[in-house]
Order: sequence, then C-alpha cells, then structure tokens
Amino acid sequence: MQWEIVIGLEVHAQLSTKTKIFSGASTAFGAEPNTQADAVSIALPGVLPVLNKGAVERAILFGLATGAHIAPRSVFARKNYFYPDLPKGYQISQMDLPVVGKGELTIHVPVVGKAEPYEKVVRLTRAHLEEDAGKSLHEDFHGMTGIDLNRAGTPLLEIVSEPDMRSAAEAIAYAKTLHTLVQWIGICDGNMQEGSFRCDVNVSVRHPGEEYGTRREIKNLNSFKFMQQAIDYEVQWQIDTLENGGKIQQATVLFNPDTGETRSMRSKEDAHDYRYFPDPDLLPLEISKEWIEQLRETMPELPRSKQLRYVNELGLSAYDAATLTSSREMADFFEVTLLSIPKDAKICANWIMGEVSAQLNRDNLEMTRCPITSQQLGGMLARIADGTISNSGAKEVFRSMWSEGGNADAIIEAKGLKQVSDVGALEAMVDEIIAAHAEKVAEYRSGKDKLFGFFVGLAMKASKGKANPAQMNDILKKKLAG
Amino acid sequence: MINSSLKQLSSQLKARKISSVELTQLYLDRINQFNPDLNAYITLNAETSLAQARDADARLAQGKGEVLTGIPFAQKDIFCAKGWRTTCGSKMLETFISPYDAHVISQFNEAGAVNLGKTNMDEFAMGSSNETSYFGKVKNPWNRNAVPGGSSGGTAAAVAGRLCAAATGTDTGGSIRQPAALCGISGLKPTYGVVSRYGMIAFASSLDQAGPMARSAEDLALMMNVMAGFDKRDSTSLQRDKEDYTRSLEQPLKGLRIGLPKEFFGEGLSADVGKAVEAAIAEYKKLGATIVDISLPNSRLSIPVYYVLAPAEASSNLSRFDGVRYGHRAKEYGDLAEMYEKSRSEGFGEEVKRRIMIGTYVLSHGYYDAYYLKAQKIRRLIAQDFVEAYKHCDVIMGPTSPTTAFNLGEKGDDPVQMYLSDIYTIAVNLAGLPGMSIPCGFGAKGMPVGLQIIGNYFDEARMLNVAHQYQLATDHHTRAPQQIAL
Repeated sequence: MQWEIVIGLEVHAQLSTKTKIFSGASTAFGAEPNTQADAVSIALPGVLPVLNKGAVERAILFGLATGAHIAPRSVFARKNYFYPDLPKGYQISQMDLPVVGKGELTIHVPVVGKAEPYEKVVRLTRAHLEEDAGKSLHEDFHGMTGIDLNRAGTPLLEIVSEPDMRSAAEAIAYAKTLHTLVQWIGICDGNMQEGSFRCDVNVSVRHPGEEYGTRREIKNLNSFKFMQQAIDYEVQWQIDTLENGGKIQQATVLFNPDTGETRSMRSKEDAHDYRYFPDPDLLPLEISKEWIEQLRETMPELPRSKQLRYVNELGLSAYDAATLTSSREMADFFEVTLLSIPKDAKICANWIMGEVSAQLNRDNLEMTRCPITSQQLGGMLARIADGTISNSGAKEVFRSMWSEGGNADAIIEAKGLKQVSDVGALEAMVDEIIAAHAEKVAEYRSGKDKLFGFFVGLAMKASKGKANPAQMNDILKKKLAG
Repeated sequence: MINSSLKQLSSQLKARKISSVELTQLYLDRINQFNPDLNAYITLNAETSLAQARDADARLAQGKGEVLTGIPFAQKDIFCAKGWRTTCGSKMLETFISPYDAHVISQFNEAGAVNLGKTNMDEFAMGSSNETSYFGKVKNPWNRNAVPGGSSGGTAAAVAGRLCAAATGTDTGGSIRQPAALCGISGLKPTYGVVSRYGMIAFASSLDQAGPMARSAEDLALMMNVMAGFDKRDSTSLQRDKEDYTRSLEQPLKGLRIGLPKEFFGEGLSADVGKAVEAAIAEYKKLGATIVDISLPNSRLSIPVYYVLAPAEASSNLSRFDGVRYGHRAKEYGDLAEMYEKSRSEGFGEEVKRRIMIGTYVLSHGYYDAYYLKAQKIRRLIAQDFVEAYKHCDVIMGPTSPTTAFNLGEKGDDPVQMYLSDIYTIAVNLAGLPGMSIPCGFGAKGMPVGLQIIGNYFDEARMLNVAHQYQLATDHHTRAPQQIAL
C-alpha cells in the first residue's frame, strides 16, 4: 500500500535586534548567565513591556519577502503557563491577529540521480512575533535546576507553513530556503547552533487521496541533518504503527540525535490550556501603509527574483540559479564577477560553484571570508575568455591568487602562463611533429582517428603546455588531413 | 500644622518658617502615636524619610524648591520604591525590597517630596475594606470598629488621621474613591493612561490607575501636577501635553450641567448617604449648576463584567509570583509542581486565590467566549452609556458608595456583599473615565459620606474645579476625626 507523507513546519527565527522585544536588555549570545536579564526579563513586580520597533520592522520585511498580507492591526496575546524559565508565567505572543498573514515560498527540491531540482510553492499560513523564554540548566547544579534568563524576551518570528510538504527532501528544501531568506533580508543571523533558527516539524502519513492523518510534532530541530534523520525515523515509525494495526495519537515528540529516534514528550491529553487573551499592557500593533512602503524600499532583490533572472536572462540552469542564490554573499560574488565577463555567465557560475566553493569548503571558510575577491576572480576569467590563458593555466593562477593574493595579469606574467596563440609558431611546431612521426601520420590518415590524441599530447608538450588548445586542435586537424 | 493645605505647607517650607525635617519628624511622631492602633502603614523607614527631608531642606535653602519639595507623603504599598520593602499587602512579597522606583515614586522624588512610608492595602488591591491585607486590618479613624474601605484603606486612614500630608492610592474598581468616601477625604482616579503604571504592581492592567488622595481638591490638583504625564515605559500611558491641574480651580460653576444617573439613586442606596448626596446637589444648585436626569442603563452590569475581566487579568498578572526568582517560596517541596503549589498556597490569601481561580476559569478553553469576550462587549456598552450621557451634561454625580463605613468583619464571609460596595464606582474604571470622591457630610452614625464626581475623558481639571468650588462653600472636607485631631 502506498503511503503519502504530509509535513508542515513551524520555524522560530530569532530576530537580529540588538535589544529584547519588550525591553532594552541586550540579546547578544553567550554572556554569563543572567547578566542580560534586566527588570523586565526577570519580571519584577510592576514592570511593563514596551515593544521594540526593530522587531516589528523585521516582521514586516519578512511579510514583504513572502508576498504576505501585513496586518494593519495585530494584537499581542498572553500565553499562560508555568515554567521556571518563563518569568512572567506567560509568554507574550500573537494568537488571533498575527502581524503577517498568508504568504508563499518557492522551493527547489533536489532529486537523487537527477541534475535538475523540481520547483514547488509552499504556502505560509502566518508569521507572528513573540518573546523567547529563558533556559533551564539541569547540569552542574547537583539535583537542582539553574535558570538563565539572558534569552528571556529575545524576539522571535514564528513562521508557520501549511502542510504542503510531501517528503523529507521537500521539508528540508523548505527549511533551507527559509533559512536563506531570513538571512538574505537581514532579519535573522541564521545561526542554528546558537538556536537562532529552530524548526518544529509536524509529520503525518496517509494513503494518497485520503484525509490528513493524525500528526505528531517533532520539536526544536536545530540542524538540517537532524531534521532529515528525525523525519525519516518518524515516518517509518508511523507507517509501521499503522501497518501493524495501531493508531497514531497526536503528540509532541523529541528527536534524540544519539539514537536517531523520536520519542513522545506529551500527548494531546496533557496539552496545556494556555488561556490566551489580549495583553492589556500592550496596545494593538498598528502598521501604516507608509511604514510598509518605507521598508519595501530598503528591500534587496530577493533570491526568487534573481533565480528567474539568471535562468531567463543569463541562460543558467535552474540548478545553477538556485545554488548561486543559496546566500546573498554567493549571489553578490557571482554578480560582481560577472561584470568582468558579462557574456560568460556559465563560466562564472562554474568557477564559483566549482573551484571557489570547493576551496572554501576545504579551508572551512564562509563566503564572506573568501580570500579572493569577485573582482580578482573576474579578472582571471576575462583572461580565459580572451584566450590569454588556458583552463589549466587558470587553475594555477587561481591557486596562486588564493594563497598569495595578487591580480591575474601579474600572476600570468610572473609565472609565464600566457598561451601561445601565434598561428605561425604553432604551425611550425605541428610541421616538426608531422615530419618526425611519418609512420603514425600515415596510420592516422588511413583511418586510425584515435591517434589524434597522441598528436595533441605531442603538440602540447612541444609548446610546454602554453599552446591555445582550440587553435592547436584546428591546426593539427588541418595539417594531419594532408 | 497637620491641618494645613499643601499650598500652605509649601509656602511655609519655602519661607523657611518650618523645615522639612521638622515636618517629617512631626508626622513620624504622630505615626508612632497612632499607627499601632490604626495600622495605616505597613513599612516605615524613618532614617530614609529624614534623609530625604534633609535633602529637601538643602534644596529649599538654595531656593530651588518646587511646590511639593519637603512635604511628607505616604505611598500606597503597591508602588515599587527603591530600597523600600514593597509588599502589595501580601505575604508573597513580605521580604521583597524593590531595586527600582515606580514612575509615580520617581515623580515625587524628583519634586523633592519626602516618602514617609508605605501604606497598608488589601492584598494585591483586591478588597473593599482593607481586611484582606496580610499585614492586618486598618481601622477607620472616625470609628475604630469600622473599616476604612479599600483597597487604598491605609492611605485613606493615614490622610484622614493626619499621619501624612497626603498620599497616593490606586483604583481598579473604586479603590481610591470608596476609601476616600469612607474616611471623609478627597480622592481622584484619573482617566486611564494619565498616570503611568510603571512600577505599580499590576492587579487588572486595563483598569488600574494611580491617583492622589488628600484632604482637599486643591491638594489633589497639586499632586496631579507631579503624578500625571507621559511615560514611555508604560505603553498604555497617553502622550499628551503636560497640563496644570490647578488652572481651573477658581472658575465659577454657573452653567455647570450636572447629570444624575437614575441608576445611582435606586434600591440599595442607604437613606443617610442618599440624603447627604442630595444636600450636596442642592448646594451645587446654589452655586449655579443645573441638574439633568440621565441614565446609564448598562451600569447595572458593571459588577458582573468587572468580576470577569479583573480576575482574568489578575490570574495572569499574578503568575509571576511563583517562588522562583523572588518573593515567598515554600520551605519544603518535593518537585517543581509542589514548589509552585505550596509557595502560592502559602503566599496568597483567600480573596486573591478566589480571584485567581475565577480568572483562570473564565479564560479557560470553552469558557472564554461566554465570559471574557462577552464581558468585553458589555464593557464597551457601558462606556457607550457615558458617551451618550455627556451629550447632555458636563459632570455626573452620585454617591461614591451605597453606605458609610461598615464594621470590621461585617462582610467578611460574603464576598458578593463586599463587591456590591463598589457598585457605583466600577463602571467608571470599565469606561476608563476619571472619577473622584469628596466628603459631602455625615451619615447616621456620624460617619463620612462621599460624593462621587465623574468627568469626561481628560476632564480632571474641570472636576477639580467642581470639587474645589464646593469645598470653598462647605466645610465637610475640613472636619477631622475627633480621637486623633490635635
């Protein structure tokens, strides 16, 4: 029997404001416990929340980037529950009227064994502003629990998707696209290790065409690798359970990276009644059209727009376009490089996705720390395009630029990598070879085509690798034909 | 001296005829003498008060004194004051020393006023008799067997007993006006949003409002000049120009249209209170006012609406008192749930628990629409009644409380009877309007009666004018309880 996987995501993106969503305390990561917990963060009696405008601006930017409805009026609500790292006994969130309404995100899903990914549009249900809780520290306190409220009040945008994903690959493509987008528009630093981008994955299975099955929610996944493992395990568990005649109970589950398993944390029966109600300490959030338009003007060109442009105007494949827009730094690097050789987008793309990416990976560097600039790379690619250097010569130039810096022309000069393109010189070389290998020439002329490679090798050797290969080929073909 | 107005005290201080230290000591002596019996104060800190007085004297000596500089005020123990124990009348905060100042406190500090101490109150401002305080009952200075009203009962008793020059209160459903009425003093609850709630321990955030309590409308106006004003730390604080609340005091009342809501003069109003209020209305007619009969048809729903909304907000506001970071924590507990349960069971009193339970219930899944949402809708209807009424009148008058001060313990077993004590005041909070109470005579047992004056939004200056003109023409507000008058 066929099973269809149904997945929806709730992502908590930590917004990149300097201060907390309702107070002036710092949001910097990694400080000594409770050094960033001001009166509001520890919920002293009598303190009140004051909304951080920067957090709202980031929510608006997200709405603009996903073509979503931005609510002219939204409402903060209290979500009431007791937990030691929730200092007020309620979290300020948004319930009925979120700041960002329905939107959408186009994703590219890679397919194993195929060069090109397929495209899919995932619908976004909503995105709302809320505050983060603190942290409970269970180690180091000998049977007691330590509470660190530095994170309490950090602004979050909770981004909720429709259950539109039909495989782990789609879920991960969606999460990655979202991860790129929030960094692209500068609203989140995307640091998953530090918890700046956390995913809750709702998973259910059904037979195609049937109603949605009962879902289980995998909480707090903070890497794409874990997400893949968790979904794979969860899907198999649900299918096995159903095929063995069992039923799925709605539940919240946790993924254990050590065992690769998911296990139930709480079932629907012991779900909290959060007693949501509008927070009387905060006025409804009103967003004017003017404010939205001001922010729209600051918006960079989005990945989706660049992808379409790369495919339609530059003739790149969808795969290349998606790869080059996997971060804003990558896309910027590509576009500046392209300025040097505007007609050879494919060469730019290949070099950036190939040599540059590989070298960055090897050196464990981010694009922002790339030792060569896009201008340097462009300068070198221009020399390939105009025939000054061969591809193999270019690789040498590239290695040199990477480790020692400098521009392509100086390196070509210093290393003597300039190709020989002088037809006369090349013809003379070929004539000598033909004269010295009369026997082989005869074999070739009698139909042994394979020998062409042999002559190419000799010619390159004779030119000490500097011959322009295309030119050399032409001359060889002509002269060998007799 | 203890019967002087703030204006008189201010000019004496500025003229250096008396020092702030002398004045502060005078009040501290009176507190030592009378407070053990009245129990109006929870926390005193004579050294801190006298240090503030010395600073004030230095400032006055330099000629840099403001109107309130050097005058000793008491602060309701709901306001966080740096270095002061701030209990909110609860065991939960019995040992809580605030590390910061509420906006109201810093406003008084900047004006150079002296903080005499923190006054007693119903626990978390929940009560109408001051009997729910963890720190003991407050006695009414007019009759030691009677309640002072609540929740600002300590403040009302301290002002009436001349244990401070004037003091602050807060009013969520009548907590300034009702004790002011029961203790024969003047009290003003401003328009919601006029005084910042920052640092004022929240009971019901959408209703809570701080205000002054004093012996005259003129005193109230001077205090409003210090207390009111925009504060960016409170999102519900209103961004308005600073105003001088004394500016209209001397205006004659000719042409004033007074609305009398028929709902305020019906069943439940005791005869002696009704009589005193009617006499006050007659006095206003003499002063040139005209009377308009009005109706506030939805005000009869104000108590049920209030007892849905206020507990709902309170149940959430009081969640932070969990024993984790500050406040009372049970000595022994097995696990986290038990720590919460025991800390809160031990730290909160009966009335607070009752309201937390009501509030939790009305917000629960499946009940929210029927209670909370419905109450919000009726709240808007109640506010609309006032909008309609103000098309026909300038101020609304009526009794502040249906009876004079009742006896200690009299309503202790019957919360609903206690709630009815605020029947005339609650609608004003629900509508966010300003309301005040001024003394207008005495009832059957010689106990004070309060006249309630309700104004339109931001009409505080006009209301103070209306009250002041009455106080120029009458002397009810100058009367002091015999047992403690000097």
